Amino acid sequence: MSDFELSRNSFGRLVLKAADGRVHEGVVAVRAFPIAAPDEGISLVGSEGHELVWIARLDDLPDDMRRLVGEELAQREFVPVIERLVAVSTFATPSYWRVTTDHGETEFILRGEEDIRRIGHGKLLIGDSHGMQYLVPDLYALDGHSRKLLDRFL
Amino acid sequence: MSARPDLPRFPDSLPAEWCRELDAELSSGSNVLAWLEVDLDESLGFARTRIVLCDGELLSRRAGTMQWQRWPLHAELQLGHFDHAGVGTLELSDRQGRLSVWRYTLEQNLAVLRLIKAFESRQQLLATGAAPAVESGDICPKCKAPLPPDETECPICTRVEQTPPSTWTLLRLWRFGKPYQGQLLAGFLLMLGSTAATLVPPYLTMPLMDDILIPFQNGQQIDAGLVGIYLAALLGAALLSWALGWAKTYILALVSERIAADLRTATFEHLLQLSLEYFGGKRTGDLMARIGSETDRLSVFLSLHLLDFITDVLMIVLTAIILFSINPWLALVTLLPLPLIAWLIHLVRDRLRTGFEKIDRVWGEVTNVLADTIPGIRVVKAFAQESREARRFRDANHHNLVINDRLNKTWSLFTPTVSLLTEIGLLVVWAFGIWLVSKSQITVGVLTAFLAYIGRFYTRLDSMSRIVSVTQKAAAGAKRIFDILDHVSTVPEPVRPVHLANVTGAMELREVGFRYGSRSVIRDLSLQIRPGEMIGLVGHSGSGKSTLVNLICRFYDVTDGSIRIDGIDLRSIPVAEFRRHIGLVLQEPFLFFGSVAENIAYGKPDATRDEIVAAARAAHAHEFILRLPQGYDSLVGERGQGLSGGERQRVSIARALLIDPRLLILDEATSSVDTETEKEIQRALDNLVAGRTTIAIAHRLSTLRKADRLVVMDRGRIVEIGSHDELMASEGHYYRLYQAQQRHAEELLLEGAAA
Ligand SMILES: Nc1ncnc2c1ncn2[C@@H]1O[C@H](COP(=O)(O)OP(=O)(O)O)[C@@H](O)[C@H]1O
Ligand SMILES: [Mg+2]
Repeated sequence: MSDFELSRNSFGRLVLKAADGRVHEGVVAVRAFPIAAPDEGISLVGSEGHELVWIARLDDLPDDMRRLVGEELAQREFVPVIERLVAVSTFATPSYWRVTTDHGETEFILRGEEDIRRIGHGKLLIGDSHGMQYLVPDLYALDGHSRKLLDRFL
Repeated sequence: MSARPDLPRFPDSLPAEWCRELDAELSSGSNVLAWLEVDLDESLGFARTRIVLCDGELLSRRAGTMQWQRWPLHAELQLGHFDHAGVGTLELSDRQGRLSVWRYTLEQNLAVLRLIKAFESRQQLLATGAAPAVESGDICPKCKAPLPPDETECPICTRVEQTPPSTWTLLRLWRFGKPYQGQLLAGFLLMLGSTAATLVPPYLTMPLMDDILIPFQNGQQIDAGLVGIYLAALLGAALLSWALGWAKTYILALVSERIAADLRTATFEHLLQLSLEYFGGKRTGDLMARIGSETDRLSVFLSLHLLDFITDVLMIVLTAIILFSINPWLALVTLLPLPLIAWLIHLVRDRLRTGFEKIDRVWGEVTNVLADTIPGIRVVKAFAQESREARRFRDANHHNLVINDRLNKTWSLFTPTVSLLTEIGLLVVWAFGIWLVSKSQITVGVLTAFLAYIGRFYTRLDSMSRIVSVTQKAAAGAKRIFDILDHVSTVPEPVRPVHLANVTGAMELREVGFRYGSRSVIRDLSLQIRPGEMIGLVGHSGSGKSTLVNLICRFYDVTDGSIRIDGIDLRSIPVAEFRRHIGLVLQEPFLFFGSVAENIAYGKPDATRDEIVAAARAAHAHEFILRLPQGYDSLVGERGQGLSGGERQRVSIARALLIDPRLLILDEATSSVDTETEKEIQRALDNLVAGRTTIAIAHRLSTLRKADRLVVMDRGRIVEIGSHDELMASEGHYYRLYQAQQRHAEELLLEGAAA
C-alpha cells in the first residue's frame, strides 16, 4: 500500500526510493511526538533536512519497512528508562546519580532541579549535564527507595 | 635495565590492566597511539567497549567478549563521527561500506575527537610517508588552539568539574557574618548577661521559702528587712535583664539585617555574572523569589529565631549548672526528659526539612505563573485565555496547599507531644521531690526553686522545638541562595586573563561547533573577518545566525573550536572587558524603566548630554524624541511601552553608537518595522557601521547591499561566501533566497496596486 521503498546500504544508511522514483540516501526517521504519541506521526527526512515522507502511523507500514524504521529510530533517540535509583550523592544540586535503566546501569550528573521536567501525571524527563535525557515513565510505579530519593528533588 | 625496543610501548596514561592485555595482542615493536573506552554498545546499552589505535591497526574489544577485533590500517579506511540527541556515533568504513560502529555519550566526545585526530595523522603518515605539519602534535583536539608547552590538556577546555555543595549550608552564612565579628561577640556577651540575670529570681524563691515563709507558717515573725533585700534583688535582676536584653536584641537585629542585605547584594551581583545559559534554564519568578523573599526569611531567622534559640540553649546550660549545684539527684531526674525530647526533635527534623524544601519549590511555581502571565498579558487577553491562566494559578496554589497539609500533619502532632512530655516531666519532679522532702533530703524551698526553674525551662524547650522548623526553613532558603552563589558561570572568567590593548576588530572563527544541550546547532564553522569589514549573515530562519552572534558576544562559549579577536581566544579575555568593545542591536530592543536619555546612555552612564544628543541624531532618533512630551526626559516603560517598534529600535541604535564599539553586531535590527521606518533605521545604521567591524543579520537581503562579503548559512554551516554579484552568478543558496524574496516583494506590490 505504501508508495515508497526503504532499504539499508552497506554504509548502514537508510535509502529511500520515493514515489516519483527518486532515490535519497542517508534518510533519517524522526518522531513528531516522541513523548506524547511515539508511534504516531513519523517523518522521513532527507539529508538536506526536508521532509520526504510522512508516516501517520508506524503500524501502517509493511513489516520489513517497519523494522527498518524502528531500527533507525532506536539508534537516533536514546532515552534510557530509569528503573531504579541506586544512590544520589547529595540532595543539593549538582548531584551525582547512580541509576539502573533499561539499557544497564549508569551514572550521571543532575545539574539542577529544573532539569527534571514533569510531563504529565507521574511522568518525568530528567536531563543530565551532557544533555542526555532519562525517562521515568511512572513515578508512582518506582520502588520505595527510588521514590524517596527522587521525591527530594521534586 | 633499559626498555627493550621490541616490546609494545604504551602511553603512560593507559591503565595497567589494559597494558597486560594488549601485551599479548600486539606484535612486538608496535606502539599504542591512542585509546578510548566508549560507554555504550551497539544497541545502546551501557557497556564499555575498548578501542585502541596502534601503529598498524585499529583494535576493539566489546564488553563481555574476550576477542579483540582488528582492522589493519590502509589508505581507504575512514573514521567518522556524528552525534544526535546526546549519543555520538563513531564509524569505521572503507570504500565498500561500513566496517564497524561504536556509540558513546557526549561525555566522551573529547576522547573520541582525540582518537580521530590520531587516526588521521597516522593515515596521512601512511599515505605520504611524512608526518603531518608540526602543529598537529600539540593542538587541542577540541578547540584547535595550540597547547601550551609541556601540557597535554588544553587549559581552556578542561574546566573545573562541578562539585555538589555540602549540606551544612547554614554554617556557610558565616562568610557573611565575618565582617561583623565584633558586634556579634558583643551581642553574645550581652545575651549571656541578660540570660544569667533572668535566672536570679527562681534562685531567690529558695531563701524566700525556707527563711521567710516556712518559718512564718511555723509561728515565727517575718523579717521585713530581709524581705526588702530579697524583693530589691528580684527587681534589680529584672531591670538588669531588661536593659541587657534590649541592648543585645538591638545590636543583633542590626547585624542580621546587614548580613541579609549583604547576602542579597552578593547573590544579585553573582547572578548578573552568570551566562545566558543559566537564565535560559531558570524562570524569572523563581529567581525573584530566591533573591527577594528567601534572603528576607534568612534575616528573620537570624535576628529572631536563631537569637531566641541561642538564648534558650544558654538558659538550659546555666539552669542545669545551677540545678546540679543545688541537688544533683533531683537535677538528674529533672533533666531526664531532655534527651527524649531531643530525640523526638531529631525524628521530625528530616521530614520537616524535605517538606519545607518542597514548599519552597511549590512557592516558586506559584510565583512563576505570575511572572509568566503578567508580562504576557496582551497575549493572554488576545487569545481569551484568562480562565486558563486562572486555572493554572489555582492548580499551583492547590499543589501548595496539598503539600502544606501533608507537612502540617507531622507538624501539628509535634507541639502537643512536647507539651505532654513537659507535663509528665513536671509530674516526675513533683513525685521525686515530695519523696526527697519526706526523707528530709531537701527543703521545701529547694523543691519550689526547682519547680520554678523547670517551669521556665520546659516552656523554653517547647519554643526551642519550634527552632527545628524555622531552621529547616532557613536552611532550605540558604541552600537555594547558595545554589545561585555556587553556580559557576558557563562563560567563566579566565584564570590567566589576557588584556586587549588596541582592538582592531579582526575576528577569526576556527572550526567552531556549538550545542544547546545535546542539540548541535553550529557545526565546524570557520571564518576570518578583517578589521573594519562588514559581513552580512544570511540564511533561513533557524540556520544558526543568532546563535553565532551569541557565540561571538560570548553569551555562550563554543563547544568545539575557538573564536579569536586580534588573535586572542575570547575565553582568555575578561568578559566585561571584551563586551565593552561590542555594540549590539537586536530585533527586539529592550528598554529599561527610565528616561530616554538614561536608556541611550545605558552603556556609558557618564556620557554628557551633548554626546547623548549627538548619538540620537546619528541614530535618527532625535526628532521623534523631541516630539515626546518631555523630550529626552520622557519616561519609557518596562518594555518600552509608549514607543513604537521603530522608535525603540532607534533608541537602541543610539545606545550602541554612544559606546563607540569596535565590533558591531546587528541581529535583524530592522525586521520588525515597516519599509518606511526601515529606511530611516537603515540611514541610522549606515552611520553606525562606518569604520567598524560589523556583522549584520538581515531578513531582507536588500538591506545588506553595503556588506563587503555575504556569508550564507544553512543548518549551522557556512554554505557560501561572496559578494552579492558573485553569489547571484553562482546560482546557489543565496540566489534561491534572493529570488524567493523578489517574488514575494513583487506579489506585495501587485496586491498593493490591485487594492
Ligand atoms: N536557547 C536555545 N536552546 C535550544 N535551542 C536553541 C536556543 N536558541 C536557538 N536554538 C535553536 O538553534 C537553532 C538556531 O537558532 P538561531 O541561531 O536563533 O537561528 P537564526 O537566528 O538563524 O534564525 C534553531 O534551530 C533554534 O531552534
Ligand atoms: Mg535570529
